[in-house]
Amino acid sequence: MKEDSSSKEFTMEVTNISNVTRTFTIGKVETRALRGVNLKIESGEFTALVGPSGSGKTTLLQIIGCLDQPTTGSVIINGQDVTKLNRNQRADLRKGTLGFVFQFFALIPTLSAYENVEMPLLLSRQKNGTRKERVMELLNAVGLADRAHHRPDQLSGGEQQRVAVARALATNPKLILADEPTANLDTENGRQVMDIMQRLNKETGVTFVFATHDPRVIKYAQRVVTLRDGLIVENNGKSAQA
Amino acid sequence: MFQLFKMAFRDLGRNKRRTILSALAVSVGMGLLLLMSAVLVGEMRGALQNTIQLFSGHLQIRGLNYDENKISLKWEDLIENPQALIDTVTAQYPQIVDATPRLVASGIVTRGENSRGVQVIGLDPESEANQVYRQGVIAGDFLTSDDREGILIGQPLAEKLGLAVGDQINLLVNTSNGDVQEQMFTIRGIYTTNTFGYDESTVFLPLAKAQTITGAENRASLIFIMLQDRDQADSVAAALQSPNYTVVTWRDMNAMIVQVEDFANAYMTIFYLIVLGITATVVSNTLVMSVFERTREIGILAAIGMKGRRILAQFLTEAALIATIGVIGGLILGGALSYYFELYGFPMDISKMGLTGILINNRIYTHLTLDNVIYLSVLTYIVTLLASFAPARMASRMEPVEALHGK
Repeated sequence: MKEDSSSKEFTMEVTNISNVTRTFTIGKVETRALRGVNLKIESGEFTALVGPSGSGKTTLLQIIGCLDQPTTGSVIINGQDVTKLNRNQRADLRKGTLGFVFQFFALIPTLSAYENVEMPLLLSRQKNGTRKERVMELLNAVGLADRAHHRPDQLSGGEQQRVAVARALATNPKLILADEPTANLDTENGRQVMDIMQRLNKETGVTFVFATHDPRVIKYAQRVVTLRDGLIVENNGKSAQA
Repeated sequence: MFQLFKMAFRDLGRNKRRTILSALAVSVGMGLLLLMSAVLVGEMRGALQNTIQLFSGHLQIRGLNYDENKISLKWEDLIENPQALIDTVTAQYPQIVDATPRLVASGIVTRGENSRGVQVIGLDPESEANQVYRQGVIAGDFLTSDDREGILIGQPLAEKLGLAVGDQINLLVNTSNGDVQEQMFTIRGIYTTNTFGYDESTVFLPLAKAQTITGAENRASLIFIMLQDRDQADSVAAALQSPNYTVVTWRDMNAMIVQVEDFANAYMTIFYLIVLGITATVVSNTLVMSVFERTREIGILAAIGMKGRRILAQFLTEAALIATIGVIGGLILGGALSYYFELYGFPMDISKMGLTGILINNRIYTHLTLDNVIYLSVLTYIVTLLASFAPARMASRMEPVEALHGK
């Protein structure tokens, strides 16, 4: 994968985060989830955000994913400062540039596996023929073509998470964000999901950033960014911030 | 669009019982409103039909100075030799189905200690236009033209005075020269038109006898005319205009019914909105519960790029489906009830209400109009959608990150 995307690696910055803070206020209590984070993620990376619970992994992923806004700092995604975008523009950015895999198997329960994967394509107004082809291609890639017409409650947890991965990839996004994608899976299913994500990263060059604290998952990462108490403390083995 | 409906349909299918109950609330609300509208239309239509048939006719020719409120019997206010005029106009206007003279006088019926004020109508027992009374005879016989001592009275009057066929009553009437005349009459028959207010206060004599007792001689108060169709009234009335008499149409004579109907319609609109407001609350409540249950899904959809207005459209589509099922159910329920009561009538004991002035039938035969069906369907639909707007908007404005955490 390094060879495939090495030319992009130094030329295309998918994410550039500078001095990002995020403070939550609940009642009169202020919680600083992020306390000045700087992070660059380049195209084709397979990066793990690690750290104990409450370290800010999920908050950081949500801010990169335009699901949440930083309290201060700038967030550049694919060359765009997302802190200046309105609700609809952020939705458009999520639709075209980003993909998500959540810890809970975030499928729409009334839609089949096929329809769940198709949803982002429908929102992007892709034509029927190409849509169909793309959905089947993705379900094949995650090994679930034969389960296409099953609803989420007819699929195992691992299968549901694989459908979620296929859905995240549907619109050919630049960056896929996965928040503890294996946390609710057994070892075998967790391994399968990570294998698929790694393979797709290599085959398609799509950038993956995933939050985890599972050592078996961390070992898949090319780059490991460690957070503690809302700060990046280690970036790929190097101490990052005081 | 198809996708919207597909998702909405499946979302509603998740909690079938709740969906059915919501749609049922809309159906019952709308069905009852349809029935109410059908009762009102039927009541007004029945009242108008009764009044035309019994009292006003489609047209009346009256003397120039005749004032129906005064029930004048002065010769100058009456029409002299009405039969000649009838022969002329019926020959001239084929639209006229029946034309018959009537003499109207005020009087008092007395039986022992009891007396009642009545309107005495002298009519031609042979005329087709008066067959409605012949058909309404429930005891005894109808009048005959040459009867000099017979009288026909209504059932409520007979009951109040304890009268039966063959009994004698004293009738006191005003006369043309301003005096009063009285005579004993024998009850030949008791009639009903199923219109309490009318039957209680109207007695009939043969025209010739009425003319004799009041001293009107060969005069009549009015000529009662029935046309082929009531819509011909204006044109025939215009053609009949003459300097010797006045012509009034059923529309002029029944202005009160039209006014009452207008008032009732305005009142009903308020009633409709109250009932629909209640059903809309049920639908709104259903959608609020649905939004809370699906908060996380809303977050997922927002995360994959679904915009607020698409989420709004999703919930409004669900409301539209509930409204559609509800309206169809309402049409079936309201249609069936209205049809049943159109056939068998709706019992309405008007005698206890003391209502006079409008001839309301003792049984109301409902009548559902296409206008009301369309109006109430559209109104139900709009009110349901309006009630769904608040929960739908709530869903569309959720912050993705909060929704994903089910907040």
